[in-house]
Amino acid sequence: MKHSIWSKPFYYVFAFLIASVSIYPILLMILSSFKTSSEIFTNPLSLPETFTLDTYKSLLEQVPFMTYFMNSVLVSVVSVALILVTSSLAAFYIARFTFVWNNMIFFFFLMGMMLPIKLGIVPLFILMKDLQLLNSLWSLIFMYVATGIPLSVLILTGFFRTMPRELEEAARIDGAGNLRILWNVVLPLMRPALGTVMIIQFIQSWNDFFFPLIFITDDLKRTIPVGMLSLFGEYSADWGALFAGLTLASLPMIVLFFIASKQFMEGLTQGAIK
Amino acid sequence: MKPAMHKPLTLKKQRNWKRLTIHLFPIPALIIYGLFIVYPLFAALTYSFFDWKGIVRGEFVGLDNFKDLFTLQPFSDLFWNAFGHNILYFVLQMIFQNGLAFILAYIIYKKVRGSEFLKIAYFLPRLLSVIVVGFLWKLILNPNYGALNVILEKVGLEDLEKAWLGDPDTALISIILVNCWYGLGFGVLIFLAGFQSIPKELFEAGKLDGAAGFAMIRRIVLPLMVPSIMIMTVLTFIQSFEAFELVYAMQGSQGEPYHSTDTLAVYFYRLAFGGSAGGSTTAVGLGSALAVVLFIFISFFTALYLKYMQKKQVDL
Repeated sequence: MKHSIWSKPFYYVFAFLIASVSIYPILLMILSSFKTSSEIFTNPLSLPETFTLDTYKSLLEQVPFMTYFMNSVLVSVVSVALILVTSSLAAFYIARFTFVWNNMIFFFFLMGMMLPIKLGIVPLFILMKDLQLLNSLWSLIFMYVATGIPLSVLILTGFFRTMPRELEEAARIDGAGNLRILWNVVLPLMRPALGTVMIIQFIQSWNDFFFPLIFITDDLKRTIPVGMLSLFGEYSADWGALFAGLTLASLPMIVLFFIASKQFMEGLTQGAIK
Repeated sequence: MKPAMHKPLTLKKQRNWKRLTIHLFPIPALIIYGLFIVYPLFAALTYSFFDWKGIVRGEFVGLDNFKDLFTLQPFSDLFWNAFGHNILYFVLQMIFQNGLAFILAYIIYKKVRGSEFLKIAYFLPRLLSVIVVGFLWKLILNPNYGALNVILEKVGLEDLEKAWLGDPDTALISIILVNCWYGLGFGVLIFLAGFQSIPKELFEAGKLDGAAGFAMIRRIVLPLMVPSIMIMTVLTFIQSFEAFELVYAMQGSQGEPYHSTDTLAVYFYRLAFGGSAGGSTTAVGLGSALAVVLFIFISFFTALYLKYMQKKQVDL
C-alpha cells in the first residue's frame, strides 16, 4: 500500500531519533560540566567518573559570574514588569474604547512585529550615547520593553476583546475610574494572558545577546549571554569551566520550563498563530 | 448647605477629568516603542544619505553610499557573497527545519505514545540563549576534542571526520544546521497547532473518499495548513536575512574562514562597528545603506508573500 512507509514503527523510531538529537547536546553540556577538562579531552562522551564541582569553582574564579547573573535578573525582571504595565494600559485603551484612531494605534504597534530593529542599531547606539545610557542596564531595559510591546499589546488586546464587559460597567456605575477598573476588575481576570506575556518576554530578555554586545562594554555591567563572550574569549582552554558556564547560563530557563512547560510552549507560539 | 450644593458640580468635573485621563493610557507604550523602535529605523534611512567620520555625521552625499556598496571593491563582492549565504540559510532552513518540523508535527498529531515527551524534547533547545547554542556547538564540532568527531570515530565513520567549522565547504552548512536544531521545536509547535485546527470530520471524509497517506496530505491537509506554513515561511525568511548571533558566536565578526560564513547582518555589523576591509575603521554610511537595502528587501518579500498566500487561500 502507498502509505506503508507511514507504518507505526517507522515513524515512531524516526520521531524518537530526532528527539535524541534535540536532547543529547544539552545533556552532554550538563554532564561535561561535572568533568575535569582532561577527562573531557580523553573521554568526551562518557559519564563523569567522579562528579566534580571544581569546574564551577574555577568558573566563578575566572569571571564575575554572580554579577552577570544579578544583572540578568535585574534587567529581565524590570523589563517584564514595565512591559506588563505599559502593554496592558495600551491594550485596555485599544480594546475597550472606540475612538477613531484606535485601529491606527493598534496597527502602529503591530507593525513592530515585522520590523527588523537590529538594522537600526547605529541610530540606536547614537541615541543611547546621547541619553547617556551606554554601559547602563537601562539601555537594555528600554530595548526589551520596546521590542516586547508589539507582541504583548497584540496578545492582551485579543484577550481583552474576548472578556465580557458587564463587570466593568458595574464598577463604572459604582464610580470607579478607569485605572481602578483596570487594576481591580480587569487585570485579575487576565492572569492567563499576563502569564503568557511574562514568559515570552522573560525568555527574550534573559537570552538576548545582541543589545548588550553593542551597548555594554564594562565587564561588570554585562548580562550572562555577553558574559559568556568574555569566558570563551579568555579562558577557552578550560573546557570544564566552559561547560559549567553554559550550563549555569541555561539552568534558570530549563528549571522554569519544567515547572511550567505547557505555558512556555503555548506562550511562545501564541503570538505567531494569532 | 454649601457642601451639598457644590457636590454635583465637582463630581461632574471629576467625571470629565476621569474621561480625559483615559487618553494617557497608551502614551507610555507609544513613547518607548516610538523612540526605541520606530525612530531608529527612520533615522537609519536618513543616515544612508550622509558621509560619516566614525559616528559623526558629515555632509549630504545623496545616493553615493548605495553606489559604493554595489560598485566599489571589496564592498560589492562582500555584499553578494553574504547575500548568497543568506539565501542558502533560508533554503536549508525551509528544508531541514520546517520540512522536518512539518513531518514531526504530523506524527505527534497522530498521537503516538509519548507525544508529550517528543514535544518537550524538540522544544528544549529553544530555551537556550543563541550565544549558548553557538558556543556549545563550537565545542561539539571541535576537530580534536569535539563530541561529533568522536562519535563518528566510534561508529566507524572516521572518513567523515572533519574540521567542521574550519573548512569553508562545511562551515556555513554546519551553522545553518545548528540553527535548525535550535528552531525545530518552535516549528513543530506552530504546525501542530495548525493540524489541530483542522476539523476532524475532514479527515474522516477524506478516508471515505479513499484518500490515504500522501494523497490525503496533499489534497486535504496541505490546503488547510496554508496559514501555519505561511507564518513559518515568513518568520524563517526574516530570521535568515537577519542571521547574526550564531555566526558571530561560532565564527566571529569576520565570518571565518575567509568570509565563507559571512551573512549580510554580520557584514553590516562590521561596517557599522569596525572590522571592515581588514581595519578597525567604521563605515557608518555604507552600513546604513546596507541596512536600508536589507530592510526594503525583507519588507518587500514579506509583504509580497503574505499577499500571494492570502489570495491563494481565498481561491481555495
